Amino acid sequence: MESNENDIGDILTCHKKRRESLIPILQKIQDKLGYITRGTVSEVAEYLNISESEVFGVASFYTGIHLTPRGEYSVKVCEGTACHVRAGERILDEVERKLGIKHDEITRDGKFSLERVACFGSCALAPVMVVNKDVYGHMTVSRVVEILRKYR
Amino acid sequence: MTFEQIYQQSVAEWNALWGGDKPCILVGTATCGRAAGALDILEVIHEELARQRIEAIVIQVGCIGLCYAEPIIDIIKPGQPHILYGNLTTKVVPQLIEDYLIKDNPRPDLALGYIGEGELDGIPKLFELPVLKSQKRLILRNCGFIDPENIKHYIANGGYSGLVKALGMTPGGIIEEIRKAGLRGRGGAGFPTWQKWSLCRRSLGKEKYIICNADEGDPGAFMNRALLESDPHSVLEGMVIGAYTIGANNGYVYCRAEYPLALERLTVALRQMEEYGLLGDDILGSGFGFHMEIKEGAGAFVCGEETALMASIEGRRGMPRSRPPFPASSGLWGKPTNINNVETWAGVTLIMQRGGEWYSQYGNEKSKGTRTFSLAGKVRRTGLIEVPLGIKLGEIIHEIGGGITASKDFKAVQTGGPSGGCLPATMIDSPVDYESLTAAGSIMGSGGLVVMDEDTCMVDIAKYFLSFTQAESCGKCVPCRVGTRQMLNILERICNGDGAPGDIELLEKLANTVKSTSLCGLGQTAPNPVLTTIRYFRDEYEAHIKERRCPACVCKKLISFYILPDKCQGCGICLRNCPAEAISGGKKMIHVIDQSKCIKCGTCLDVCPTRFSAVVKVSGKEIEVPEKPIPVGTHFNHNLG
Repeated sequence: MESNENDIGDILTCHKKRRESLIPILQKIQDKLGYITRGTVSEVAEYLNISESEVFGVASFYTGIHLTPRGEYSVKVCEGTACHVRAGERILDEVERKLGIKHDEITRDGKFSLERVACFGSCALAPVMVVNKDVYGHMTVSRVVEILRKYR
Repeated sequence: MTFEQIYQQSVAEWNALWGGDKPCILVGTATCGRAAGALDILEVIHEELARQRIEAIVIQVGCIGLCYAEPIIDIIKPGQPHILYGNLTTKVVPQLIEDYLIKDNPRPDLALGYIGEGELDGIPKLFELPVLKSQKRLILRNCGFIDPENIKHYIANGGYSGLVKALGMTPGGIIEEIRKAGLRGRGGAGFPTWQKWSLCRRSLGKEKYIICNADEGDPGAFMNRALLESDPHSVLEGMVIGAYTIGANNGYVYCRAEYPLALERLTVALRQMEEYGLLGDDILGSGFGFHMEIKEGAGAFVCGEETALMASIEGRRGMPRSRPPFPASSGLWGKPTNINNVETWAGVTLIMQRGGEWYSQYGNEKSKGTRTFSLAGKVRRTGLIEVPLGIKLGEIIHEIGGGITASKDFKAVQTGGPSGGCLPATMIDSPVDYESLTAAGSIMGSGGLVVMDEDTCMVDIAKYFLSFTQAESCGKCVPCRVGTRQMLNILERICNGDGAPGDIELLEKLANTVKSTSLCGLGQTAPNPVLTTIRYFRDEYEAHIKERRCPACVCKKLISFYILPDKCQGCGICLRNCPAEAISGGKKMIHVIDQSKCIKCGTCLDVCPTRFSAVVKVSGKEIEVPEKPIPVGTHFNHNLG
């Protein structure tokens, strides 16, 4: 997943050369490359005619924009209030143990990355875990292994 | 096409759904339905219909709010009432289809209830069920009954008639109607909507903006997501009405990225509005032009604050600024801007469709109308509910919610997310309205209600919210950035059993400082969970500090797990499941937990067969157990009181 100019050229030209395009551009780049690479920061800055530090400032402010690679499967464990009172933390602990990584880390083979998310809004089914776009409700510690196995 | 023609066409299409000779199956596929497996159910339905050669109409609908019973489907046979089935599995669905659609057995054992005339043997009326009886579904009227991706379903059910009416009125007349309705902002603070609108309308400037705040960031709240996924047009219609009233020609829906389905459905909805002339340069031939765009959030809680949200739309870091100037005079790009919450916009639609006076019959004196809440936590029937304001807290928890799970005792309810507070069981009779909640130290907030039972530690909850707000603090002002960090430090200390006398007072002092000196709503309300838990559950704080004990047995550093020697039968399940290899034992041996290795995950407690119930969790005491495994049956005295 290396970036070169051609990679994001199309994305840039789809957006107006205005400051308000910055976040949508970063989101599109992330959809394509998985994260915001160093090289793209300068390309975006040049395109929008703002400084690199401003692009970096915005990219690093938002938790939804990543500056490091993600795994092929992004595992997100919900830490919302409803999940918290229904022991969501134990789900997180179990995923960490099973994947052998902590949250905000990526497995060595690049397969899984793990994140804690503030709330998915599926509180009625707490605790909740999401792998890429698959949502798993009413999670239990013992289901963690079987769900992760699906993606191995 | 005139709107009247569109309406006639929509009604004809809608009636054809029910008037034909084919059965209709509605499948709830909003996010919560999907999490419970609704998409698998949908697939099985299609397969089964094909296999049995049944011709039926299958429609994906939004969320009816009975999340506890997801996945849910609604089957309507020609000339028959709607019958809703819940808790379905892919195994049971083929049989249900065969039984009801072919053999005419409506399977009362699987049915939740029916909607329609007459009586059905063994199936209750859906809206007479305790969960729905005290609800008033006005905002949620279409949720779960229409296809959110089909604008005609919305129009056939009265959609956009509010806009048509508004376009024939003067802006002043519309504001008067909203004033009569008594609508107040549903985003949290409860500012009268008509006042906000008239301020923005009176602001000078040709260029004005309308924003819908769909950045529902409060953990524990999902009403806005459910509404946008189930009936997006009801929100968008209100926005067009607002734009016309204020004189804005451009608008944004700022929706958080964690809601991909809502974003998808909003995109479809906007495209359809353009197609039908409900958005564009000349809306329904009125000469009024309005354009709308969707802005996807990027994962910053603080962007729920209006000035931060606008900074984010402008492509900057989402940091709030001080007010005044208020957005009504200087908002997006310095232009007058009116920003309202998702549910407020949906309320506007309702008021314009049905009238301000009609709307004001619901609610109590100062809080009019209904309000949606997401009911979650340790309550039997979790879900999306809508009740008239002023309803008693207890009615929501015990009647609608069906009480507490697993026959535990109700301890507290958390309202308003990280900005709100925890109300104790003694306040069960207090009404749910803006003033009463504020007086209790909480806020109405965005509408999350998380119910807690005796197994919830209130100090841990305070710590949980503080760690959230501390992480989400944008860092611009010192009281919030440093204050929340310091408060969190103290709470962590207390939860770890290192609390010192005076910590509670120090927390209170810090909390009040942060509250009164922070720049924006995030910091000003962040101390609420701490202050309310101290106010109502001070004894729990004291137990942590003075006795190093967590009464709810939650705080890891203060609890221990033990295997009771006289109950353990040496089955070995705990040993095999222990992730920390902290349990030693053997066949027919009393198992022992090595306290120095135990990570307190609680797996042993979960897996120990209930017929033995040999594992216990305690706080503030030690239980005498053998040092090493000994044979089952060996007499051992332990001191479990």
